[in-house]
Amino acid sequence: MLQIDLWKRVLIWLVCAAGLLLALPNGFYTRVEQANDAAADIIAKGETPERLETAGQWPSFLPSGLVNLGLDLRGGAHLLAEVQVDDVYEARMDALWPEVRDALRPERSTVGTFRRQPGPADQIRLKISKPDGMSRALEVVRGLANPVTSLTGAGATDIEVSAEGDILVVQLSEAEKLASDDRTVRQSLEIVRRRIDEVGTREPTIQRQGADRILIQVPGIGSASELKAIIGTTAQLTFNPVVGRGSDADAAPGVGNKVIPSLDEEGTYYTVEAAAVVTGEDLVDAQPSFDQNGRPAVTFRFNTSGARRFGDYTAENIGSPFAIVLDDEVVSAPVIQSHIPGGSGIITGNFTIEESTNLAVLLRAGALPAGLEFLEERTIGPELGQDSIDAGKVATAVAFVAVLAFMGLSYGLFGLFANVALILNIALIFGMLSLIGGTLTLPGIAGIVLTVGMAVDANVLIFERIREELKAGRGPAKAIDEGYSKALSAILDANITTFITAVILFAMGSGPVRGFAITLGLGIMTSVFTAIFVTRLMIIMWFERRRPKTIEV
Amino acid sequence: MRLRLVPQETSFDFFKRAKLWLGISALMMVVGFASFLFQGLNFGIDFRGGTTIRTEATESVDVGAYRDALAAHQLGDVSITEVFDPAFEEDQHVAMIRIQAQDDGEAISGEMIETLKASLDAVAPGIKFVSVESVGPKVSGELIQTAVIAVVLAIAAVLVYIWLRFEWQFALGAVAALVHDVVLTIGVFSELQIRFDLAIIAALLTIVGYSLNDTVVVFDRVRENLRRYKQKDLAEVLNLSINETLSRTMMTSVTTLLALISLYVLGGDVIRGFVFAMIWGVVVGTYSSVFVASTILLKLGVKRDWSKQSNTTGNQFSNIDA
Repeated sequence: MLQIDLWKRVLIWLVCAAGLLLALPNGFYTRVEQANDAAADIIAKGETPERLETAGQWPSFLPSGLVNLGLDLRGGAHLLAEVQVDDVYEARMDALWPEVRDALRPERSTVGTFRRQPGPADQIRLKISKPDGMSRALEVVRGLANPVTSLTGAGATDIEVSAEGDILVVQLSEAEKLASDDRTVRQSLEIVRRRIDEVGTREPTIQRQGADRILIQVPGIGSASELKAIIGTTAQLTFNPVVGRGSDADAAPGVGNKVIPSLDEEGTYYTVEAAAVVTGEDLVDAQPSFDQNGRPAVTFRFNTSGARRFGDYTAENIGSPFAIVLDDEVVSAPVIQSHIPGGSGIITGNFTIEESTNLAVLLRAGALPAGLEFLEERTIGPELGQDSIDAGKVATAVAFVAVLAFMGLSYGLFGLFANVALILNIALIFGMLSLIGGTLTLPGIAGIVLTVGMAVDANVLIFERIREELKAGRGPAKAIDEGYSKALSAILDANITTFITAVILFAMGSGPVRGFAITLGLGIMTSVFTAIFVTRLMIIMWFERRRPKTIEV
Repeated sequence: MRLRLVPQETSFDFFKRAKLWLGISALMMVVGFASFLFQGLNFGIDFRGGTTIRTEATESVDVGAYRDALAAHQLGDVSITEVFDPAFEEDQHVAMIRIQAQDDGEAISGEMIETLKASLDAVAPGIKFVSVESVGPKVSGELIQTAVIAVVLAIAAVLVYIWLRFEWQFALGAVAALVHDVVLTIGVFSELQIRFDLAIIAALLTIVGYSLNDTVVVFDRVRENLRRYKQKDLAEVLNLSINETLSRTMMTSVTTLLALISLYVLGGDVIRGFVFAMIWGVVVGTYSSVFVASTILLKLGVKRDWSKQSNTTGNQFSNIDA
């Protein structure tokens, strides 16, 4: 009747021991954290005596997983950025325009002359002088289309070409826009990650959210503005042919050109061709350095195809100026002195050393394909986080003692069993959190405190049931057995329903709320486990040893 | 010598004044809902966009001076409240500044924060911004939507689960109790104008879970007693079941409240609103599982003919207590 197989007993104690062992590092948080960092440094940067010593602070045979502390506890910055996916359409059209021009040129006899008309940025609008040749023009431009490379867009082409009277309109197809949006966001995500890694902070969270958003959380950073400075600039480097230079921001640029300001000289504007000769995408390296006058500068090197294009262009245009453009501002516009074949060059400007270093980092990490708009910014100071941790510790301890005392008073020895289970329960929650690399947030602490209160529920259900069975005149062994089996369906139903809400919270929530859902959900699992297996095992072991004739619950 | 919250044997008649209790509940729900409609919730920035800045200074907070210092920047609606907590040190004076959402879709800029800090530094030297949170209006709209969906989904999921495990009358009774708890909680937040942010949604869902926990335990006993006492009428069985589980209901509520109250007093001001919601929810949830869920079950009536159809509707655990 009151029997549990030996293997089950061993298994139950093993699970508890594993939970305690996994939770152990959290008791020595700072020490383990330092040891882990040192161990990581040894792998990344090699051994030094100090690193070895710090790594030795925590024995390597013990588990070293820690519960991650959320931003609200550790302090740091949180950003939610929206990728401006539409930016890319414009760049695509600007890149397509020379191709369209070159394809139509041999067809002048049927199409006549053609001019690009001003229009929305994500379209090319061409007016052709012989409307009769429109069908031929459509055919030629359609010949430039490529199949869309995505699963859903199979069979579609990347551009849509249509005619509106004597105007030929080229734009990206819907399938291509979808594919392009996805690519843009994925690229942005990768680049944001690389930029943050270059700065080297601990455990940043960089996730895609929804179709076009990126969530960035960096613990330990001073403020959201600092974080924005690292990732916010697009660092889009291009080399464009210069058409003219002036002081009028509103000068008519002519179709296919654009007017952009100079970075250093206020009031100076350059008119440049919108289609770039080479872009930052072809960069393979960028390093901070100094020019021949000893001023900070950035040297760069192109890959083979970039170097060839750059070489060809410089060879053909000796004597004319070209602009080095960074994020739509002209950094400098030197005149091409000679053919530059090697594919390397130098960007000079009025940089400070810090600026040149930053620019090199940004260029190396690659340009963001599109701008970012920040929808949500949160900065939490480390002091506030520490205050919250301290308050949380005190509150949890007091809650714990109060519940332990109350259970002891209400159920005597059985209450003590439940208390041991409760302590194990908290250890198991921390152990599981460490194991899955979960994050503890301030609401998460509230979830643990709530678990402390509610975890006894399953035991209370069982104990009350045992009392009832005893009252009904059953013997101790029978009463315990019946108490457990009859309480089971209520325990399962009650906890499954609560678990459902925890799952929904986890799925729908974000950040701190999700942290709460995790601790709540884990708390439910561990409290059911401890109530059904651990306290039961303790009671049975006690019962086997004592064989009491009567019990009081 | 044992501590007993409830005498060993109770035989309260919980339905003697069923109409009165239902009436009180209905009245409170109407008041809560009306308060929500007319007064509205004091939404935090999560839901209506804007910026909150938590400041810390060594000198005591002069709300008027703060307000004057910020007025020059024309930020629209600015509210400043001083925060008190027993855990603060002597020279730790904390204020929360809330600034309405600015016109453009983006969150407030870093330079603006620096300017504000400089202006405040003039009236409170050495002021620190310990946290700055800014949410653009675009996101806040979506957050409301997600929150509402989450609560509705939770209630629906629970409805389905109880329907599968019990009978539809039980599910309706439980869900009525849940709606009751959620409405009363929202009502109390609107009436007392406590800040309502994302964490409160988490609290709401926890209340849903807790209230349900209580209701399910009572219903489980009802199901068992319905089978055992086939001759007793429903009101009697319900009363018996509530009385039998009363001791457990009180024990669990008290341990949970003990834990929550210690968190309320000692857990710091950042989560006080969140904990308040849960304390309120535990009290209301305990009340509603007895006086709302069971009363509704009584009004709806239950099919008593369990013998002919055993093992229907997925009661895979019910054999245990047969």
